[in-house]
Amino acid sequence: MPATLLHTPLHDRHVELGARMVPFAGWEMPVQYAGVIPEHRAVRTDAGVFDVSHMGELEVEGPHAHDLLQGTLSNDLDKLEPGQAQYTLLTNEDGGIIDDLIVYRLGAHSYLLVVNASNRENAYAWLKEREIPGSDVRDASEDCALLAVQGPRAIERLGLPPARPFTFAEASIDGVEVMVNRTGYTGEDGCELLCMSEDAVRLWDAVLERGAVPCGLGARDTLRLEVCYPLHGNDIGPETDAISAGLGWACALDKEFEGVDVLRRVKADGPERRLVAFVMEEKAIPRQGMRIDGGGEVTSGSHSPMLEIGIGMGYVPAAQAQPETELTIDVRGRPRRARVVKKPIYKRED
Amino acid sequence: MAAVESYPDDLKYHEEHDWARMEGDEAVLGITWFAADALGELVHFEAPEAGSTVTKDQSYGEVESVKAVSDVIAPLSGEVLEVNERVVDAPETVNEDPYGNGWLLRIRVADPAEADALLDAGSYRELLAQQ
Repeated sequence: MPATLLHTPLHDRHVELGARMVPFAGWEMPVQYAGVIPEHRAVRTDAGVFDVSHMGELEVEGPHAHDLLQGTLSNDLDKLEPGQAQYTLLTNEDGGIIDDLIVYRLGAHSYLLVVNASNRENAYAWLKEREIPGSDVRDASEDCALLAVQGPRAIERLGLPPARPFTFAEASIDGVEVMVNRTGYTGEDGCELLCMSEDAVRLWDAVLERGAVPCGLGARDTLRLEVCYPLHGNDIGPETDAISAGLGWACALDKEFEGVDVLRRVKADGPERRLVAFVMEEKAIPRQGMRIDGGGEVTSGSHSPMLEIGIGMGYVPAAQAQPETELTIDVRGRPRRARVVKKPIYKRED
Repeated sequence: MAAVESYPDDLKYHEEHDWARMEGDEAVLGITWFAADALGELVHFEAPEAGSTVTKDQSYGEVESVKAVSDVIAPLSGEVLEVNERVVDAPETVNEDPYGNGWLLRIRVADPAEADALLDAGSYRELLAQQ
């Protein structure tokens, strides 16, 4: 742990709002304001705003930027037009996941990668080492602030035009120039607003003025878990492969990238274990690290504010991975029943 | 809605943020406002069974919020007469009313002298002020 925690440009705003601040990936971040559960429900029913300025922004530019990224990222960059974004993985030579990230194609020869705060340095170093003539990798994180505005009314509250998921466009929100990315980590409609660091406070104030509820990392975690988005460091990491994690859809196995041969082999042989979602059948809350009978382990667990039961994800032997399979989880010495479910765990009833 | 911070004068307190209300040879147990606030909204109470015994200074159950788990420490020893099923069904009751509807257990006190070692409200407030 660094002796001093980093602050986002919105740190003082969080403290003024009475947020509970916690260390996260070297940053001091708000875990909650009013409470995880009301914040979670605000995002499911209306709109919430998260300061995610701790995340990293890497710019990759040059006539060979495409070649560099096509050879290091798992998804097929050829499918991406300027103005579009894609979920993808940065993989190591063993097919493990260095980071999961979203790549934005800014132009023919210009890309933006939004990476996890905890992996920013690793991802930057990995790409920098592999730079080829005609490609330049730059860490632009300190210039940028990022606000996620999420929820069924998020776009309407921001006064933005409709747009398809995984697209982006420039816009002005109450006088602040932003890049509006139609992406998120909650399973709801909404966007992520990228702006210059010096504009972050004005943008935050404008978004709150428009009625978005300030939300912390606590709600961000329960929201993503309900919709089974993996968290790097919990559910995926350098020791886990994308196929076992159910992320094969983000891997173009017909192209060459680091570790692709391993992934092809796992896919052909079938993974020995799989990342599954489960719900508790008894009153208990699963937590990361708990053992699952049969050799499995919980990688993420919490209480679901929408379903009001314990939910989680974890790796289990492939034979236990089918939906409806009964699992037994060791909750601090007490065996508790759970059931494998199809992802996502929570889906809006339309 | 979460309750406002308070530490009633008629209760006895344990330094692990638990309270006891003496009622003859019985006692009602719970966790303090400070404990409930530190955890955040409770979503689970892992309760002991009626008829089991609890031992002073030892854990008799767990309370959990979305983010955290905490042992609940017995301020007194005794036999569990009743578990507050309202809290089992709606754990957030503890945040809303920690000394009223949010009680956790009713016990038959094994040794009333144990209560003498507990803190009064003033001493407990002093303890919190030092933290």
